[in-house]
Amino acid sequence: MKILKIFIILFLSIGFSHLKSDEKNDELKSKILKNIRCLICQGQSVYDSESEFASSIKLIVDRKINEGLKEDQIYEFLREKYGEWAIYDPQLNEKTYILWLLPLLLFLFGGVIMIKKLIFKN
Amino acid sequence: MKNKFSLFIAIIFLSFCFIVFYKGLSKPNTYIPKIMSKKNIPIFEVKDFNSNAYLNSENIFEEDTFYIVNIWASWCVPCRTEHPLLMGLSKNQSVKLIGLNYKDNLSNAKKFINEFGNPYSQIIVDNDGTLSVEFGAYGVPETLIIDKNKKIIRKFIGPINKKIVEEIKLIIK
Repeated sequence: MKILKIFIILFLSIGFSHLKSDEKNDELKSKILKNIRCLICQGQSVYDSESEFASSIKLIVDRKINEGLKEDQIYEFLREKYGEWAIYDPQLNEKTYILWLLPLLLFLFGGVIMIKKLIFKN
Repeated sequence: MKNKFSLFIAIIFLSFCFIVFYKGLSKPNTYIPKIMSKKNIPIFEVKDFNSNAYLNSENIFEEDTFYIVNIWASWCVPCRTEHPLLMGLSKNQSVKLIGLNYKDNLSNAKKFINEFGNPYSQIIVDNDGTLSVEFGAYGVPETLIIDKNKKIIRKFIGPINKKIVEEIKLIIK
């Protein structure tokens, strides 16, 4: 009887851990798909799109996750196939540094103006 | 003096915005990527259209031969318009045409080939579209040129036309 109980507990724990890993994979898949641009749609992510292109990308991402690829590796695969544009979150490199640094510069510029005005007022 | 400087800055800023929006709006909405560098063809295993046997990419693409990979489907209307041009290209001895049948019904695809002719030396089947993604394709029709070193050197999105055929002929010369 004891052995049977142990077997049942083991069986259930294995089953639940499998479900948990499936859940994790689904979460990762959604996260990745939301960050991939549907290249043939207007302003939609692959996650939101039902186009043929998007459905193929969904399958590929699913396959790559099951193969054990990490999030960054999947983005790199898509970048290699479709370029930087395919990913919503672009990397910081020589082509995108203006995109990343301009808001920071504008923020600093605005801050300097505000501080200057405050000092002059005082 | 201060007012003049502010006005100057405002004019510069508005001109900058105008140029950005003008350029952005005059650009087409469809994204057409540039192939910056030659890319290797993917390694894959795929079903043959006629025999249903599984083929390896190593056996499909041989070295020292130019290949044209044409992605097509029987349900794709632009594929019908480009088909006569592909038939013409198939007569060229210096290139082999590989057809990649994309998300298609097999019997419809066979009807299409019987009706319009077969320009391909080999047809492979991509039922779920994932092989096309491995090639970096967007959909149908799409045509890729593969050089003698098994590298993708050119990609034409949409149906090919006479101008593109001339370009292809120049590449494979």
